[in-house]
Amino acid sequence: MEKESFFKRYGLLILTGIVVGGAAVLLTKFGNPANMGFCIACFLRDIAGALNFQRAGFDAEVGTGIVQYIRPEIIGLVLGATLLAVIRKEFRPKGGSSPMVRFVIAVFVMIGALVFLGCPLRMVIRIGGGDLNAVVGLVGFVIGILIGIVFLKRGFSLKRAYRQSMAEGLAFPALMAALLVLVAVAPSFIIFSKSGPGSQHAPLLLALIVAAVVGVLAQRSRLCMVGGIRDAVLFKDFRLISAFLAIIVTVMVGNLLVGNGLTFSFLEQPVAHNEALWNLLGMVLVGWGSVLLGGCPLRQLILAGEGNTDSAVTVTGFIVGAAVAHNFGLASSATDIGTGPVALAVIGGFVVLAVISVANMAKMEG
Amino acid sequence: MVDARGYSCPTPVVMVQKAIKEQNPATLEVAVDNQCSVENVKRFARNAGYQVTVSDFEGDFKLVLKK
Repeated sequence: MEKESFFKRYGLLILTGIVVGGAAVLLTKFGNPANMGFCIACFLRDIAGALNFQRAGFDAEVGTGIVQYIRPEIIGLVLGATLLAVIRKEFRPKGGSSPMVRFVIAVFVMIGALVFLGCPLRMVIRIGGGDLNAVVGLVGFVIGILIGIVFLKRGFSLKRAYRQSMAEGLAFPALMAALLVLVAVAPSFIIFSKSGPGSQHAPLLLALIVAAVVGVLAQRSRLCMVGGIRDAVLFKDFRLISAFLAIIVTVMVGNLLVGNGLTFSFLEQPVAHNEALWNLLGMVLVGWGSVLLGGCPLRQLILAGEGNTDSAVTVTGFIVGAAVAHNFGLASSATDIGTGPVALAVIGGFVVLAVISVANMAKMEG
Repeated sequence: MVDARGYSCPTPVVMVQKAIKEQNPATLEVAVDNQCSVENVKRFARNAGYQVTVSDFEGDFKLVLKK
């Protein structure tokens, strides 16, 4: 049996982790909110806001909410992945693997992420920034993944996908291109926050290019926050988790180098609350749901860029979930959990995931 | 033959893991439809002590695992 060298096995993933971590620090330095250089959940939520699907924290004085902006990072990630997939002849439109169930799971994953205040990627970046609340989130995330693995081992599957037309596969990348036009032209019907995190952003071109580089690397390396822990537990494969660790180390070192600051504490962390129970439960929902979906929100964006229309539907579910989370007061603020029925939504989410997990446990075909 | 076409990771690897665990076959054919699954199944099979060859299969991929 030939043995893979350490470099061949881990090199690309560690490099990707370093680039992602570096990108997060860089984008924060150039204007993105602190510990939010890169966050798929937050950025999709901001896009939902820019399209006026939500106006969280609406300030009558300035006339906008606080989380409304078309984040070019999302566009860059997807189009970077599309570009490399086309070059490597891996752009193969496919879909039809329980799209509606994926949509529902995605809505709850986003609600969980906004209760915690971040997707798995931002959780890792927050840990790298010294935010101990994110360590609590990590515990929840691992618990959620372990629950998902129980069902994977019992044959859970969202059933097979089928080939789709080129037009179907290109629809989502085309939508991203349209968003790029909108953020560049900034017509008046698209809303950009004038205060709050939505108003803090790196220059468009920088964000787009940095994200495209990350998209290319993530497509090539199959980077996935959920996959890291899942594969380590399920297959004793530690490749993906090496990127996870590389991001944390890079963000820590990077924050110290550029002077973004690094303080280990639960209190007064940027865009974070310290309701431990909800940080934990929010991420259980994210971990469990993401295992059922086959990858974290970042991975879904990359797959959607490769022509996977199930992932495109999933991302649409994330955007709808973000609107639901903010319109019904489920999303947390920087000081506290939401004012709406948070417990009902999170517990309800567990019930929905449990039903989906059990209902799809049937023996696999083939 | 394990036909994992249409499934995305980790399902193909779980299917192969199950087949190896239950039957411990000397050879096993696996069909997948994406490069990511090719790499993941290949890696898993090698770690389980198999030699792996990949070929084209109706426009998708066929992996032959041999002890």
